[in-house]
Amino acid sequence: MSGARLELAGLGKTFRGLRAVHDVSFAVPAGAIHALIGPNGAGKTTIFNMVAGVYAPTAGSVSLDGRVISGLRPDRVCAAGVGRTFQIVKPFKGLSVLENVTVGALHRRSAPADARKHAETILERLGLHDRRHQLAENLTLPDRKRLEVARALATEPKLLLLDEVMAGLRPTEVDVMVAFLRTLNAETGLTILLIEHVMRAVMALAAQVTVVSYGEKIAEGTPAEIARNQAVLDVYLGHEEPA
Amino acid sequence: MNVRAVAGLSILLALLLAAPLLLGGYWLSVLILVLYFAYVGQAWNIMMGFAGQLSLGHALYAGLGGYVAAGLYTHYGIGPWMGVFAAVGAAVAAGAIVGYLGFRFSLAGVYFALLTIAFGEFTRIGFDNWDWAGGSGGMFLKVERGVSDLANLRGGTVMFYYVILAMAAGAFLLCRYLLESRLGRYWLAIREDAEAAQAVGVPVLWCKMLAVTLSAALTALAGVWNAFYYNNLFPETAFAVGRSIEMTLSPIIGGLGTLFGPFVGAVVLTGLGELFTDLSDQFHVSGLKQIFYGLALLIIVMYRPAGIWPWIATRLGFEEKRK
Repeated sequence: MSGARLELAGLGKTFRGLRAVHDVSFAVPAGAIHALIGPNGAGKTTIFNMVAGVYAPTAGSVSLDGRVISGLRPDRVCAAGVGRTFQIVKPFKGLSVLENVTVGALHRRSAPADARKHAETILERLGLHDRRHQLAENLTLPDRKRLEVARALATEPKLLLLDEVMAGLRPTEVDVMVAFLRTLNAETGLTILLIEHVMRAVMALAAQVTVVSYGEKIAEGTPAEIARNQAVLDVYLGHEEPA
Repeated sequence: MNVRAVAGLSILLALLLAAPLLLGGYWLSVLILVLYFAYVGQAWNIMMGFAGQLSLGHALYAGLGGYVAAGLYTHYGIGPWMGVFAAVGAAVAAGAIVGYLGFRFSLAGVYFALLTIAFGEFTRIGFDNWDWAGGSGGMFLKVERGVSDLANLRGGTVMFYYVILAMAAGAFLLCRYLLESRLGRYWLAIREDAEAAQAVGVPVLWCKMLAVTLSAALTALAGVWNAFYYNNLFPETAFAVGRSIEMTLSPIIGGLGTLFGPFVGAVVLTGLGELFTDLSDQFHVSGLKQIFYGLALLIIVMYRPAGIWPWIATRLGFEEKRK
């Protein structure tokens, strides 16, 4: 498993005349961790959904290692090497934790026994192994978030899309997830793009941050640069009208 | 499956194999009905129990299968073992059309169910007016008494019993294999959440198409068996919505998505159903069976929504209880 380079070029999406995303471009080098932040309703999840194949963009393109993946169906995007989590978690509720992750593992390992073994190793890494025989619907929210990550990783992606996996976690749990992602990234070189509101996680993980507001990119830089960027501060905190 | 389950299953199979020696003609015909409903329930369960797609039009596939095989036999003398291929082909084509229209255009849940009913209904009207199939007057197979001709499926109760037993056992083994396979896991994932399934690489449309066509193919076999067992076919009954609903009851009552559910449901429904038919006759009150079906469904939905089998299985220690 190694990472792939992600490139968004002039990406746009219009829903029946409503401009949700407009001309967003940025690139994530192979093996990098990149954060996408912005206020609620800025279009982050729409951007994610275009990368993951849920929506076809109305303008621009998404490419992975130079190959255009925008417009492909979600399962084809997954085959191209993109794993994603859902902001509102979507476990297979009636299946056990192990079965959930096995479905993901079956994508590249057609033998169920092999897929199951792979799923077990991923569950061990995410600390869900003890709970592998529980039904997914009985998991707590933090565990469901970890299950989302485990299931996406089981498809052996080159790019991992994480949609607010820290939301709802306690600070210590955030630290555990951050440590896990950092180790994963260091060991495998997996490229990670995350949407995140928990700044503690963004600051700790991301090499580069892209900020969107009202569907447009307003800033890009290192976390430290973004924290000082006036446009970003205005968007998040509002700006004072001169008296 | 654990040791107890294997032992239980072996005893059950031995009893079923010996049944024609142990039971009189009447109870054997009841057991035939049980196995028939267990079989079609198993076939329907692939769509609803595994892949989560509600079909209320499975009579379409059984009816088509029956008519095609019976028509080939009466008109051209082509035996059912050959005719069955054409029967399955017709049902698979019908299933593919219904499935593609429903799944491609994302008709979900009850809307998909309505589509399946609609197809059953207009096929019924079509057959009502199709002379080759006998129109509304029905199609009849020549009854030959005292014959035992397995090659043409002409024979007595015992022969039909063993054929439906083989079919029910075969469907059980097939479903057991499917559930463990990659396709089976994908179906369960689609049933639970199609969007999440697609995100982990499941080709959702393709898997749903496989579910509907496979389910239709198996149901067509039941239709062929049914046509040759009863020797007659009428559009009004073969394609009736009631026939479709009947097929769904055993798996729903026995346990959706389980392997033993359709069989357990068929035992309960048909066994007790026959008892109520007897009572109906004895006390000259009609419709007790239908009332019983209604009540059974109501009670199961309210108190054991997962069905009877999962409840029995944990009680008897056939399956480990899930936390």
